Amino acid sequence: MHGLVNRAIQSFVTNTYGPDRWRRVTEAAELGDFEFEAMLIYDDAVTEALLAAFCADLGRSRGEVLEDLGTYLVSHPSVEALRRLLRFGGDSYVDFLHSLDDLNDRARLAVPDLHLPALDLREEGAGRYTLACGPGMPGFGWVMMGILRAMADDYGALVLLEHHGPHAAGGADDEADEVIAVTLIESAFAAGRAFDLGARAG
Amino acid sequence: MIAEDTLAGILARLCPMHLLVDDSGVIRRVGPTLQKLRPETPMPGQRFLDLFDLTRPRKVGCFADLLTGEGKLGVAFRDAPHTALKGQIVPLPGGAVIDLSFGISLIDAVRDYALTSADFAATSLAIELLYLVEAKSAVMGEYGQLSRRLQTARISAEEQAFTDTLTGLKNRRAMDHVLTRKAAGGMPYSVMHIDLDFFKQVNDTLGHAAGDHVLQQVARILVEETRQEDTVARVGGDEFVIVFDNLTDRPRLRRIAERLIDRLQQPMLFQGRPCAISASIGIAPSVEQPLVSPAGLLRLADLALYDAKHAGRSTLRFATPRPAEPAWTRPAAGKDGETAPPSAVSGRES
Repeated sequence: MHGLVNRAIQSFVTNTYGPDRWRRVTEAAELGDFEFEAMLIYDDAVTEALLAAFCADLGRSRGEVLEDLGTYLVSHPSVEALRRLLRFGGDSYVDFLHSLDDLNDRARLAVPDLHLPALDLREEGAGRYTLACGPGMPGFGWVMMGILRAMADDYGALVLLEHHGPHAAGGADDEADEVIAVTLIESAFAAGRAFDLGARAG
Repeated sequence: MIAEDTLAGILARLCPMHLLVDDSGVIRRVGPTLQKLRPETPMPGQRFLDLFDLTRPRKVGCFADLLTGEGKLGVAFRDAPHTALKGQIVPLPGGAVIDLSFGISLIDAVRDYALTSADFAATSLAIELLYLVEAKSAVMGEYGQLSRRLQTARISAEEQAFTDTLTGLKNRRAMDHVLTRKAAGGMPYSVMHIDLDFFKQVNDTLGHAAGDHVLQQVARILVEETRQEDTVARVGGDEFVIVFDNLTDRPRLRRIAERLIDRLQQPMLFQGRPCAISASIGIAPSVEQPLVSPAGLLRLADLALYDAKHAGRSTLRFATPRPAEPAWTRPAAGKDGETAPPSAVSGRES
């Protein structure tokens, strides 16, 4: 798993639950006193062990934890750069949804060895969409749930989200697609957050 | 021919930075994004060449000259900010259409004019370019941090290393550790301090590559002539120390030292050219200096080496047995009895 993904998990655990929790989780995952480098590649088993240890430590399901991770990635100030990069996807929440088709290509354009699951958006009409998450990262659909929810806040849109498919119960063994049903109730529900093209995340 | 209003409407969406000009170069219509760059100055009615400086083509007599060439334009606003734009001019009946674009000045322009994605055509790659610049900056930032951490780790690893990278021998740090262990161990041992003769000449006349080659050959010989349990270290540019485990017999040590000098004197070839060196050796067996610490024994070996150097090159000397920790007066240290630590031996010739 790419270091950026692992580093994102580390950042989430540390900034949300504190550095002590991170140490406890890495100890439980038998990694010792451990920190990820964002630009190195790690064995998938390391990420898997870490997530399992973290979920066990929190006593929460994998889906819930990964959804929180997704929310964290677009709402916490320490990862503001990522929110900005996602906002380049478009002016409105609908534009943003359509830009998800290119998300893995966009990621690879910036970091050639970062391979995210392919995303496929379908318009079902009447403000309903389905987003299918390809294989590669079991549970990625739950991360996308958090991202979609937080980005809706960011755009000021009101949406309903439902996660279908495997991993709903927290298992990580099935490689079948995860599907998210998105219902856009109102695209201009709240003011949302500003996005200045020329600004830079600090 | 379609009406000008229709044409302007189409262009406003497809090319939001276009100008429609008449054949004398007076602006008739302007795209919304281009007008946004000068909100206080309506562009229609102004002359194109009054508003912009031409950087390409340079030599133009009048506006009509622009219509005869290939039509590629480079322009910049005459007033500040002097944003540079690239463009294309295409003649129309009774005038021309000019489409402008930021080119590489896009990054500054977005900031200077607070542009949003709505200011660009849906097909424009401007937003993708901005995305890429920002993504690359973030990635470069991560790489920069990684490089700094790796550099710090490398320095600390080097500081903790025990190996001399050039020769593969132990380094001074490793030798200090070995000597510290000797102090605690109580086993007899000997310290042999070896300094190369004429090494500087090899370096000066044949270059550092030859010098490095010689040092590697010396290291090989020292390892070949010693036992597995002995410690061979390079402790300075052309200085080596061997710590012999459980060996203090003078005749044996003498034979080893003589064989070393003998082998080191055989010319070593570097790229077909002979490098002639030799060695001076000082030896201090621990049993002859019962009250001396390992560090003290090293100093005694160094003093013996100093004697050997003064006796002429390619010589070996044993340290004079002393009953107790001596005052470190160098034999030739001077009339005023000034004491100098043996590390001040650096002034001697190679």
